[in-house]
Amino acid sequence: MSVLVILLLPLIATGLVCLPFKRFWAPTITVISSLAVLILAGHVAWLTSSGGSITSDLKIGMLKWIAVDGLSALILLLIAFVGTTAAIYSIGYMGHDHLTTGKLRLYYANYNLFVFSMLAIPVLAEPTLVWIVVELTTLCSALLVSFENTREALEAAWKYVVLSLMGAGMALFGFLVLFAAMQASGSTGAYTWSNLVLAAPLMPPVLLQTAFLLILIGLGTKVGLVPMHTWLPDAHSQAPSPVCALLSGIETTAILYVILRLFPVMQAAPASHAETWATVLGLLSVGTAAFILLQVRDYKRMFAFSTVEHMGIILTAVGLGVSVAGYSAMQQVVSHCVTKSFCFFAAGVVLLAVETRQIASVRGLIRKSPVAGAALVFGGLAITGAPPLAVFLSEFSILKAGLTQREYLATALLAIFIVIAFFGIMFHINRMVFGTEGNGETESSNHLSPSENGKTFHLPFSCRLALLIAAIPVLVLGFYIPQPLQDLMAQAAAVLTKPTP
Amino acid sequence: MNDTTNQLLDNLNALVVGLFLLTAFGIVAMRQARGCLNLFIIQSLLLAASAALLGLRHQTEHLYGVALVNVISKPIIVPWLLRKTSPSEIYTRREVDQVLNIPTALLIALALAILSYFLGQPLLKAVGPDFRGPNVPIGIAGLLLGAFTITVRREAVPLLIGLLVMENGAFLTGIAISRNLPLLVELAIATDGLVIVFIMGVLTRAVQKQIGTTAVGSLATLKEAPDTTEESEVAK
Repeated sequence: MSVLVILLLPLIATGLVCLPFKRFWAPTITVISSLAVLILAGHVAWLTSSGGSITSDLKIGMLKWIAVDGLSALILLLIAFVGTTAAIYSIGYMGHDHLTTGKLRLYYANYNLFVFSMLAIPVLAEPTLVWIVVELTTLCSALLVSFENTREALEAAWKYVVLSLMGAGMALFGFLVLFAAMQASGSTGAYTWSNLVLAAPLMPPVLLQTAFLLILIGLGTKVGLVPMHTWLPDAHSQAPSPVCALLSGIETTAILYVILRLFPVMQAAPASHAETWATVLGLLSVGTAAFILLQVRDYKRMFAFSTVEHMGIILTAVGLGVSVAGYSAMQQVVSHCVTKSFCFFAAGVVLLAVETRQIASVRGLIRKSPVAGAALVFGGLAITGAPPLAVFLSEFSILKAGLTQREYLATALLAIFIVIAFFGIMFHINRMVFGTEGNGETESSNHLSPSENGKTFHLPFSCRLALLIAAIPVLVLGFYIPQPLQDLMAQAAAVLTKPTP
Repeated sequence: MNDTTNQLLDNLNALVVGLFLLTAFGIVAMRQARGCLNLFIIQSLLLAASAALLGLRHQTEHLYGVALVNVISKPIIVPWLLRKTSPSEIYTRREVDQVLNIPTALLIALALAILSYFLGQPLLKAVGPDFRGPNVPIGIAGLLLGAFTITVRREAVPLLIGLLVMENGAFLTGIAISRNLPLLVELAIATDGLVIVFIMGVLTRAVQKQIGTTAVGSLATLKEAPDTTEESEVAK
């Protein structure tokens, strides 16, 4: 039952935040509800990691479309975690005075709806219903992206909606073809992920491959895979920072989860080329993002491109062979989520401190705001995979898996792109944090806000708290992965490979 | 049901989906936002008619449900939502600066329709004989023409209608090849279209308030190179 409660809580919270109470009401409700969701998701993950099933009592009526296995539980837990830290971060970040209480209420209502739509993705087992909630994530987050209501934010939101929905149209076609393929295989069971895997060997290959490609391209648009990524840096840089953390940290991963769900189906079918497609699109994304990272001029866009890179890494890992690299891919999913949300929190406090997004206008940040500077350096090191942090461990194990698979070319390219991205990101961050003003960047002084003439900037308490909470897993997962989490990731990797009975 | 009736129903369905394709062409060529909306309403009614005919032909009751939902949601609720959410003057707008002129756009649309016929063939061979019909290639054509409409349009309402045409196209194929989908799912997909209209309507209103135009295609300041950004700011 806890799964149903997880879905209901954000909806109840949406209703509650709309009530016309004082200013602190909406943030408090949101934090409480996301904490409750986090605890319940932890409970669900705990049950699943020990091999237990929590769906057996739900096999009646419409509830047969709800199922949670290792992979879903992992994604669910990550969504709940980022949802909570972003909710805490929002208190301070959105708390500035020029925002009316009504606007603040609107923000939190949208926030809770968006979290609801994401939580529903891993929980639902019926592919067309999953498609619908994927659409809902776009629609619920569109107004969050345009929240600041500037020309740029509106442009970003518009591009985001149009491109994502175009992709969704293709994906819908793909899911309908997939259903036709299942019918053609003679299967009579309900249209769910697990029945799809069972029916896969008898499906007509043409239909299955058409469906896979349509879904890969359609949903890949929303994941930000490279030829379809153009909206992503806009939307992920113009939204308010807590929303960026949700969009970049977890929404892309949640959509990628839907694509990953097709891999066991494709494996069960004879002569599918799913893994080749994944490797090609993945490497293309990593490579393009790595080279763009060298020349970005806006630090929030920089982290957005880093998301494109990491989505590419995860997809490449899956393409290298799910049986070997599946566990590493899951590790990368976890480390990307916790690290990228931290990075956007750090970028958000930098934005609060200096009020500009231009890299060239920010110099010597460590002197203006030591916390923001330190957070940015830590985030940069963490996301580029510096040891001993979480991303290092997962990227290392992906490369190792690539070598055991004897995929030397793909592994070498991946390693080179990761190194280029490291230099790109760290070069910019180094100049922002430690650079001195006036070395050829004279125009930068125009953009400086009045608050930082010699004075240090004080961050809101909740932002510091969220940064601290988000930093813990980034640091800890680098050298110690708790046993239950290891079990959960192993379960998730098993879902990717072998058909579930 | 006997063979003659079945034959008649098949022919009627072929006529209906043929008209569906024509409306998709019309939406590519139509310059006036109001005209686009009207064509879209006709198209949705044709989709509903096709669902009803297929339901009658194959005795699949819940296709009637799909038809009913389409009749209610798209011709009635979509225009109402648009009127509620976005400024009314967008209906009367004529688009003069399309990316392509109309004859070229129609020629490309024709090429896309022919392409979708060939794309549909392997799919048709793979599904059971019961599921074959003109719905598959024309659905693909709807999908492609919708996407094409989005790429050549700059006004908010025609863009939105392009998105809905894509969804209609996917649906037209869906009612033929995957008609046993649970009704709840189909209802949810139809509701989803309404949410799209609502959100895009709200966005359009915000864009118009902020920028003073609904030509969203002219929004192009976010790029990698900031120099051009500043230039275009100056140009405005």
